[in-house]
Amino acid sequence: MERIRERVIQIYGNLVSLLQKCIFCILSVGPIPNHIAFIMDGNRRFTKKCKLMEGAGHKIGFSALMSMLKYCYEFGVRYVTVYAFSIENFKRSPEEVQSLMDLMLEKIEEILKEQSIVNRYGVRVIFSGNLKLLSEPVRLAAERAMLATAKNSKAVLSICVAYTSTNEIMHAVQESCEEKWDEITLLNSSGAGYGLISLGGYEQDEMDHLIKLTDIEKHMYMAAAPDPDIIIRTSGETRLSNFLLWQSANCYLYLPSVLWPEIGFRQFLWAILNFQQIHFYLDKQRKQS
Amino acid sequence: MWHLLHVTIHLCYFAINIANALESHLISKGLLRRYKSLHISKLQYLAIVIESEDCRTSNVIELLQWLADLGVKHVCLYDMEGILKKSKDFILEKFDGATLFQENDVLLDQPLMTLEFASFSDGKEAVAKAANVLFMKYLKSGSTSSYQGEQIFTESQMGEALKTVGGNGPEPDLLLVYGPARCHLGFPAWRIRYTEIQHMGPLKSMKYGSLIKAIYKFTMVQQNYGK
Repeated sequence: MERIRERVIQIYGNLVSLLQKCIFCILSVGPIPNHIAFIMDGNRRFTKKCKLMEGAGHKIGFSALMSMLKYCYEFGVRYVTVYAFSIENFKRSPEEVQSLMDLMLEKIEEILKEQSIVNRYGVRVIFSGNLKLLSEPVRLAAERAMLATAKNSKAVLSICVAYTSTNEIMHAVQESCEEKWDEITLLNSSGAGYGLISLGGYEQDEMDHLIKLTDIEKHMYMAAAPDPDIIIRTSGETRLSNFLLWQSANCYLYLPSVLWPEIGFRQFLWAILNFQQIHFYLDKQRKQS
Repeated sequence: MWHLLHVTIHLCYFAINIANALESHLISKGLLRRYKSLHISKLQYLAIVIESEDCRTSNVIELLQWLADLGVKHVCLYDMEGILKKSKDFILEKFDGATLFQENDVLLDQPLMTLEFASFSDGKEAVAKAANVLFMKYLKSGSTSSYQGEQIFTESQMGEALKTVGGNGPEPDLLLVYGPARCHLGFPAWRIRYTEIQHMGPLKSMKYGSLIKAIYKFTMVQQNYGK
């Protein structure tokens, strides 16, 4: 009896998988997004709604993330970015922050295992954010994960941790200034500086453009990925909460009302269909900016 | 098969749009009780993003009139290409219920609506200009040591630098997108950290009832700001 039940579940699973593959085949006639970003909102509300133990929502949320990654990579989306932990989230209770850090540590170890999604789809993992704000074990685990997957080249997973857009912009500006400073110091020491340190050698117009937009953009945490095509935020909230503000000028914002642990194939499908409806318009906007 | 799928989606949206138009009509007639009283004071600063090709000044002026009737005090009009900026004088002349927003305006109760005009160049390019301002300040401070990888600039210094180059107005509470897609079209990134973004459809089919519904939805939102 048990064996029959298992067999039925297996056949059902295979049918669902086949149906999803068929749908992906049909959808791939149209444009496929190159980069999808997720704001995984609603884990705590899910815990409350289902009357679960604290932290359970985040664990189920992680499974939902694995499913979404599978759909993305199966469909051919090359870049996926997730908003795992904002700098603002450090304001939560120390116990909650600690349990999230522990979960992150546990899951980083898991994704590096042989049969994990990362190895199956050849995914390079990048941790984007101010990693200095993380505790040492988490930061070291993140660095290990980045090193271990550095050679993967089929897809990229950017995990935004200790991240906000304003911090990212700030950091990029600072790195650009440091780079310019080093350039000037080098010119100065080689005798070709024209006294640049005291700025005597520059015209006002040149001084206003020492640091260019391209300098700032190459120092962004997210510089390794192109701008996102779709940002999906669950729980029906309609704001970006300091996520990819710089990169989302021509990005379609899809805001389903389901909580993150409840997200599934249906929402993924709807996001792709909507994206394909307006792709021509967004592409035109991108070329103009 | 793909085309059939997308035709079906079009039909779904067509039906949804008819339902929305009906609801909008009922709201504007005051027949839906829920939308009768609007806590407009919660909306301190409103941004309107309009698709550049859709920027008909007659529609814009009508929209501003609706906002003035609802009691909205401070509005930022944005389009990517700066068409609204170019039509600034014309709009202020035709819509006599507003004055130009001044950078140092404190958000006080004023009889007239304040209007700000922004475009794509007030976003990324303004950040690049602000970066140069910060760099100059650092060089002029005469510090001889090189950066040690520590944080030299703070976000508030960045905010001040952006103000200097004219790229830092207040952060809007709500941003309404009038265009084909829910997309902020490059509104200055520094200003929309926690801004609620709502999609209103094309400007030429704007409806008063939809505007009320969008503002009502905004007034019902509770934010944690990360906590």
